[in-house]
Amino acid sequence: MIDLQGYGPRLIEGAGVTIQLAVLSLILAIILGLLTATAKMSRNWFLRRTATVYTTLIRGVPDLVLMMLLFFGGQIGVNAISDMLYYNYDIDIYINFNAFAAGVLTIGFIFGAYMGETFRGAFMAVDNGQIEAGKAYGMSSSLVFRRIRFPQMMRHALPGLSNNWMVLLKTTALVSVIGLTDMVRVAAEASRATHEPFTFLIPVAVAYLLIASVSEWIFARLQKRYDIGFGGQ
Amino acid sequence: MLDISTWFNDLLAGNTIFTADTLGYYWEGLVTTTQLVFLSLVAGLIIAVPLAIMRSSKHKWISLPIYFYTYVFRGTPLLIQLYIIYYGVVFIDGIQDTFLWPVLREAFYPALIAFTLNTAAYTTEIFRGAIKATAQGEIEAARAYGMSPRLMMRRIILPSAFRRALPAYGNEVIFMLHASAIASVVTLMDLTGAARFVYARYYAPFEAFLFVAAIYLCLTFAILFFFRYLEKKLLAHLNP
Repeated sequence: MIDLQGYGPRLIEGAGVTIQLAVLSLILAIILGLLTATAKMSRNWFLRRTATVYTTLIRGVPDLVLMMLLFFGGQIGVNAISDMLYYNYDIDIYINFNAFAAGVLTIGFIFGAYMGETFRGAFMAVDNGQIEAGKAYGMSSSLVFRRIRFPQMMRHALPGLSNNWMVLLKTTALVSVIGLTDMVRVAAEASRATHEPFTFLIPVAVAYLLIASVSEWIFARLQKRYDIGFGGQ
Repeated sequence: MLDISTWFNDLLAGNTIFTADTLGYYWEGLVTTTQLVFLSLVAGLIIAVPLAIMRSSKHKWISLPIYFYTYVFRGTPLLIQLYIIYYGVVFIDGIQDTFLWPVLREAFYPALIAFTLNTAAYTTEIFRGAIKATAQGEIEAARAYGMSPRLMMRRIILPSAFRRALPAYGNEVIFMLHASAIASVVTLMDLTGAARFVYARYYAPFEAFLFVAAIYLCLTFAILFFFRYLEKKLLAHLNP
């Protein structure tokens, strides 16, 4: 076995941070993506325009720049808000801007834009007759969404979703730059301290491949489940 | 309305950040980013074409090693690849005595190597997809003309595959531009590096990063329009 020189437990902790960060950002991204897709398809001009500006801006700027903007600017912004609350309304609160929260927020925010595009395409692929049939059964629009539009949309969204997840997973490595101790940061620190970069960086690379392979398997199973009733297409 | 205009005037009057000095940093950053992205894309493209042909080979022992390469480079973060090359290159035995050392010692070349290998992996898969999608009839026609496999690759398969790959390759170029921001992590003064420097010097995160975000946005749009123009020209025969 490779000698991790006592960095083993910290590397595993770092892997935990990576996975938590990735999963929480994914959840945020899915919620934002659904909202964006809904806004893009809505009849309201303002909502449509806002969603377009959001997806265009986010997809035009590097993840790292957005992350630094939110992370370095976040504390200043939060301080400004709490100062404003104190001077104007005499409310004294101190909000500590947490690095983990900043990471989840930025990654979720970035991938919300990509998810929005994925979901929009998937929603449009659902046959209109299905929705009309639901309405004819007297379903409310939220019930139509839950029972008809969402399950059928997922079938079309899953390939894109799985793609976005793989990119998201790799993007989490960037949080090591803004000071979060994920597995990349632990490995980089250990490499610098021990002068043995390969011992630490290659296992981390393998860990990413492993997570990617496991999620590929999960997505394949999900796809099978959502494909039920569509003749194994 | 008046409020906004006075606010805007105050903003410009009290501007101590965007002096000629800092704008110079951003300009140098832009030059570094452009060099890094352009060189790695060109080198990646040159590597990717033969790899894509090998990857589409029927022989497993030719296509499998290439698949392994693309799988590893597409499945791991670019940051890890950069770290491995940047920190690792020092530890290759005897490298400090070779003529390569003065080149590899600077952060620019490890970054260039990492970016090239990364984009080559993605581009290989894009081209492989395009090669695989060649219409069977075209291949049969080429065979019927008595073309050798090499001639067929050169005259029939590759030209049409390049055209099919164009939209996906445009995305890869934009992806590479955004990924190049990582270079700032290994002390390179690219655009993001310049923004970090300005941020650290003036403690002005919004100004420093929003400005650089705007530059990246402009570059992204420029690439987007360039590829749209190319598609219009090269894929004109596909339009009704």
